Amino acid sequence: MKKIATGNKAVAEAVKQARPEVIAAYPITPQTEIVEQIAEFVTSGEMRSRYIAVESEHSAMAACIGASITGVRTFTATSSHGLLYMHEMTNWAAGARLPVVMANVNRSLGPGWNIWAEHTDAMQERDTGWLQVYVSTVQEAYDATLMAFRIAEHNDVLLPVMVNLDGFLLSHIMQPLETVDIGDFIPPMHLPHAIDVNNPAGYGGLTGPDQQFRFRWDMERSMRDSVKVIEESEKEFAQRFGRKYGFTEDYRCGDAEVVVVSMGTLGKEAEVAVDQLRSEGVKAGSMRLRWLRPFPKLNLVGKEVVVIDRDYSFGHGGILATSIVAQTKKDVFSVIAGIGGQEVTFDDVAGFVRKRRMGTEFWFGVNSHV
Amino acid sequence: MDTIAEIPKEEYILKCTSACAGCSDSLALRYVLKAAGPDTVLVVPACCTSVIQGIYPNTAFNIPVYNIAFGAAAACASGMSNAFRAAGKKTNVIVYAGDGGTLDIGIQSMSGAFERGTDFLYICYDNEAYGNTGMQRSSATPLGAKTTTTPTGKTDVKKDIDMIIAAHEPPYQATACAAYPQDLFKKVAKALTFRGPTFIHVLAPCPPGWRYSTEKSVEMGKLAVRSGMWVLYEREYGKLTIGPQSKTAMKKPVPLEEYLAPQGRFKGIDPKTVEILRQRLTRNLQKLAAEEAAP
Repeated sequence: MKKIATGNKAVAEAVKQARPEVIAAYPITPQTEIVEQIAEFVTSGEMRSRYIAVESEHSAMAACIGASITGVRTFTATSSHGLLYMHEMTNWAAGARLPVVMANVNRSLGPGWNIWAEHTDAMQERDTGWLQVYVSTVQEAYDATLMAFRIAEHNDVLLPVMVNLDGFLLSHIMQPLETVDIGDFIPPMHLPHAIDVNNPAGYGGLTGPDQQFRFRWDMERSMRDSVKVIEESEKEFAQRFGRKYGFTEDYRCGDAEVVVVSMGTLGKEAEVAVDQLRSEGVKAGSMRLRWLRPFPKLNLVGKEVVVIDRDYSFGHGGILATSIVAQTKKDVFSVIAGIGGQEVTFDDVAGFVRKRRMGTEFWFGVNSHV
Repeated sequence: MDTIAEIPKEEYILKCTSACAGCSDSLALRYVLKAAGPDTVLVVPACCTSVIQGIYPNTAFNIPVYNIAFGAAAACASGMSNAFRAAGKKTNVIVYAGDGGTLDIGIQSMSGAFERGTDFLYICYDNEAYGNTGMQRSSATPLGAKTTTTPTGKTDVKKDIDMIIAAHEPPYQATACAAYPQDLFKKVAKALTFRGPTFIHVLAPCPPGWRYSTEKSVEMGKLAVRSGMWVLYEREYGKLTIGPQSKTAMKKPVPLEEYLAPQGRFKGIDPKTVEILRQRLTRNLQKLAAEEAAP
């Protein structure tokens, strides 16, 4: 069915289709619309889930953990400080191998109180064992949320998945949305280690130095296995519903001499910038990274690379840029732009490409050499 | 349930736990689980009970135990209870948390779970300090007690968690003590008959923490009740009933000094502090008696 929806509404529509038994959530701008919409679905009877209106994000994730370990599907949504407040529990959910699905509406961190788009919130969760996907359109927010359940609950994964969408730039933007009848695209959840009172077990108790690393290695093994599960799920999704996704969305990269790598809605600005640059004779391309975890192998051989980070690791660099440098062993032009919702247009992106200087870092609005 | 012989013989805490000698946390839990039976999941935040289960891959508890982060037990139980009920299961969800996980770091998630009417039983076993980390003060530590972070005695009074719980108006709440297992057994069995959040606050004397010899845990619990320092009662739909053991103590209390003297944590306590403890004890008994007598 075709409609017009915001990114937040699209996530809620997908959650309705996925039918989680338990949803536990706490409101936070700019995510609130997701949980309001879900609460409305539950109240009206359109969804038969239990909606737990918890008193904090820490409790939201704890409640999802408690529900998930009984073997039922769970969902929550958060943003920014809410995500950071649940950080202890995001680690727990992943370590406990629970396929919780969460939408995170990317927002800056205080102080000051800034409610606009930035990726640093989710980036700070990158080492927790969650799979992370970043989307760029309302349709993709819907599609990625549906796929998140299937991927998280796959027996070879059993790790939580976070779907990231840019605060306001996507969460509150209206775009066309085609909803689907998912049929059996998400199979019934089967959690092999679900609590069973007839076969009692201890979960997460004292674990010694001779054992803990085994659990951590098992998480990494599943993270690696998730690559093929993601590929298979996206392929199946494309076959059923006609929309194709991958680890990256590549735009005119084939013959490109310079590639802009970015995440989220900036990737769409970059595509317009690429067209503009091409019309000027610059062989540019755009590579929008969709999956941050597992981090894909990027094909950037023979190309100059401009990385735009809407995030930062103080004392180190743009998180995406430093990750790409570590993987490709090549110099990149690292642009820090869009922090706290700073406006970045396709013209700005084209400007970054025109005046790129490999091996340097450029803070948009601070440094002047571009 | 008039004799101990009527308590089920099934054991859900097996031999070889890593509890300290004389541990009344595990003593209390033994009876909690006997009352709850096998269709029960225990949710345990960081506390002594997370340690005494034993080390992976072994567990001494013959019941599913879900260990969770320190401040998250009630929220976790809230998700679990909702999931079981959504699946049509009646499985008991019991939080078994220490005083730190209840009165301090866990109070927010507990308050939230009670306010939301979560169908679960929350048991706080209270040894009046952070036992798992080696006896630092908690907000349950009584005035004057020495802990590793109050080396000259605590200067603040014990937080009244039971009144905080009462303010949430749960259908059932009770106090109990590990030294009175039949009473505890009955209260747990009763609590589990209610729908909605129920609470039992169990005093759990702790030999290394309170600094008395290990064979005296039951004696210490009984002295706590007989002196009036700990009052056994139930509050059912807001109606308070004081237990017979505490009724006796109210009429003819054992002198407070008899409770304090065997405990190293009160060694050298200032007589003025003892007097404050006595006044507070008396006021608490009067307050409870008045509440019980009220129509």
